Amino acid sequence: MSTRIVHIASNTFREAVRDRVLYNLIAFALLMSGAAVLVGQISIGIERLVVVNLGLTAVSLFGVVIAIFIGIGLVSKEIEKRTLYTVLSRPVRRWEFIAGKFFGLAGTLVVNTAFMAVGVFAALLYVSRAFHRADAWILVALYFIVLQFLMITAIALLFSSFSSPLLSAVFAFSLFVVGSFAEDLRGFAALARGVSHWLATGAVYLVPNFASLNVISSVAHEQPIAKQFVVSSSLYALLYTGMVLCGAVLIFERRNLK
Amino acid sequence: MKPSAPTTLIAGILLVVCLGTSGFARYHLDQTRSRTSPDEVLYVESPRVIKRLSLGYDGLLADIYWTRAVQYFGTKHVLGSRQYPLLGPLLVITTVLDPHLTVAYEFGGNFLAPQPPYGAGMPQQAVQLAEYGIRNNPDDWKIYYDLGFIYYMELKDYSKAADAFARGANVPNAHPFLRVMAAQMAQHAGELQMARMMWVTAYQSTQDRDIRANAASHLLALQVDEDVTNLEKLASLYRERTGHWPSNFSELEATGLLRALPVDPLGHLYRLAPEGRVEVQEPDKFPFIKKGTPPGYTPPIPKFLPSD
Repeated sequence: MSTRIVHIASNTFREAVRDRVLYNLIAFALLMSGAAVLVGQISIGIERLVVVNLGLTAVSLFGVVIAIFIGIGLVSKEIEKRTLYTVLSRPVRRWEFIAGKFFGLAGTLVVNTAFMAVGVFAALLYVSRAFHRADAWILVALYFIVLQFLMITAIALLFSSFSSPLLSAVFAFSLFVVGSFAEDLRGFAALARGVSHWLATGAVYLVPNFASLNVISSVAHEQPIAKQFVVSSSLYALLYTGMVLCGAVLIFERRNLK
Repeated sequence: MKPSAPTTLIAGILLVVCLGTSGFARYHLDQTRSRTSPDEVLYVESPRVIKRLSLGYDGLLADIYWTRAVQYFGTKHVLGSRQYPLLGPLLVITTVLDPHLTVAYEFGGNFLAPQPPYGAGMPQQAVQLAEYGIRNNPDDWKIYYDLGFIYYMELKDYSKAADAFARGANVPNAHPFLRVMAAQMAQHAGELQMARMMWVTAYQSTQDRDIRANAASHLLALQVDEDVTNLEKLASLYRERTGHWPSNFSELEATGLLRALPVDPLGHLYRLAPEGRVEVQEPDKFPFIKKGTPPGYTPPIPKFLPSD
């Protein structure tokens, strides 16, 4: 990776920290400690399940919100503050700028997720009194969540490269929702006939499949995740992210910044 | 810029006043709502729709609906309610959201099947819930056991109970008692010994504190029922021999019909009432007994949940 990309990425990370993005960890810590203490008193037999389900859902949702709301401003904010012109007047290529921004936000999300993972495991230790072998699958679920973040960050960056922050947020969030229904969309494509079938099939492959990257319920029930599934999902998420980033670069390369 | 002292003071006072009055208004709003608005409403009834709306986070939503079902049953149970119209739908939503949430089948059946005041008196819904659980968790022998238990205890359908136990016995790592129960069901259905075996299995097959307490309570009640039956037989035998009812157990002991004064499972002496009736001293301690209570006795609402 070129040093220019690393510089842009580290600046993006620092800016996110300065913007108090990591403050969400306080809300997360309160949520987890509250759940760990309260659930045993108001429900039956699901203390561990709630910690895993709530913990991983919170990690995912907090990260999605950060990815969308920081991601949509990555390019547009630089244009608005005119700092983009300073950056691009130096020997920095536009694609390097996009790549640096992507890795900066992805790094922020990975660090954020790592802190949250510590919180999830601490709460789990509190309710279960000890770790079990099956708890290691939580790490796989966290890995899948990070893969989701990479895709959403790339999507937010794509929209940020040509649209306003508000519209970018709407588009990115809509795509997240549609991606969560990916399995239903595939079912619809299988049922449809004629042109609808081809259009729906095209949409199935075009929209991100977030549904298959959600293994929270399986992990909560201590069900193992097949190695082949992990490899295929990783490959899919990385290729999809790469595709969206290429789209963002293509648009940004042609964008008139005057 | 330095903050203005009067503005800070006025804003601070206003904040406190508004906080207090809004809390007061909220309290009145809650009072009005609890009097006027319908108590039992599910705004979205379709489990499929709720699953779609969860955006893939259905596991957490299932936990929330399960907690809601527990709270719903627990609250109404404490109030002595005999109607639980939302319990079935809440359990269906919970298990559609997370078909592997086995605790919902295990406890859900216990909430739904028993007749009031012990449960909701909906054994058929409990059967449907257990069958749905078996379809989604075919290797979990406990759900087969729960199904057989409902057929045996609540519906008195012994052939279906035997069938459920036999199906469960074929599951890998099933409790060995399932095969025994399936085999003995044909000969001993309806007998006290059979019921005891089922509650012992219920006790042994779980680590859950509440289920174990419930099973232990039923086992104590079975012991009392058996003791009372035997003691009343002895009292009748005494009458046949002497021509009058015994006035206390010492008379039975003196004639050799009893070796010692009889005590209940908690160590209290049984009481011999007129006409050979046998009673426990503290019937409230045995919430599931069918015999040994004084005439006109109204049992308290049995405790089932720790929150009760």
